[in-house]
Amino acid sequence: MGELIPPVSVTSQKDIRIVEFTNNKILDEGNIADIGSTLTSLIDEVAKPKLLLDFANVDHLSSAALGMLINVNNKIKQKNGQLRLTNIKPQIFEVFVITKLNKLFRILPTRPEALTSFAQ
Amino acid sequence: MQRSGSKARGRGEAGNGSARFEFTIPSEYQASQEVQDKIMHDVNRRGFNSQTVFAIKLALEEAMMNAIKHGNKRDGKKLVHVEANVNSHQAEIVVEDQGPGFNRRSVPDPTLPENLEKCSGRGIHLIEAYMNEVEWSKGGRRVRMIKRDEPDVLPR
Repeated sequence: MGELIPPVSVTSQKDIRIVEFTNNKILDEGNIADIGSTLTSLIDEVAKPKLLLDFANVDHLSSAALGMLINVNNKIKQKNGQLRLTNIKPQIFEVFVITKLNKLFRILPTRPEALTSFAQ
Repeated sequence: MQRSGSKARGRGEAGNGSARFEFTIPSEYQASQEVQDKIMHDVNRRGFNSQTVFAIKLALEEAMMNAIKHGNKRDGKKLVHVEANVNSHQAEIVVEDQGPGFNRRSVPDPTLPENLEKCSGRGIHLIEAYMNEVEWSKGGRRVRMIKRDEPDVLPR
């Protein structure tokens, strides 16, 4: 919808790629596809990807977005990589609880906690 | 061209500040977004608590995407019909597609351990978790759902 800002911003800390969602919604299918392909290229880049997804800006997400996240998780698992999710607002966390995806993903409250949770 | 089939009726029919909307749109994401924006604009001015608004927005998005993607399979010739009745204590939304329908009982539970890593089946689960009443009819082509404004508590 005329979005000029990319849907994610990527920074690094050592070998960890930190991906921050820039939109407050992860609903739009085109957006979700863009995010999915950015994350896939980050996973393909290295032998054992370490990815941290920061949800600080996210107020809404759809089941299509959850599907994309599951897909990303599967790809990282295949490469014996590590995925962490952080800064998820209570309403969004509830979506993970209702779908029981809080059991599939490793979710940590803050970015520092998430960063230290990665195994060497 | 079919976009002209999109229509919204005025509000206040019941004389108690309730609003009634009716739209018929092609199976396109953009058209669906416009309908959602119009309905949510009314929901947002009601003073519902934030959980109620969140639930309505989520269920409306999921129901419309279900209709477009799984119901009409993005067929440009097939339409989605949406009705919404919003008043000071609840929102009632009906979404109907022109697809083959589905059997609710045949949709696997996405929260079972063996289904957790599968990428689909969560839309319906979320609708049913967040709304107070959900009724599938016409062989699964139509869903009617109600969300009542309640004290700010998270759903089960």
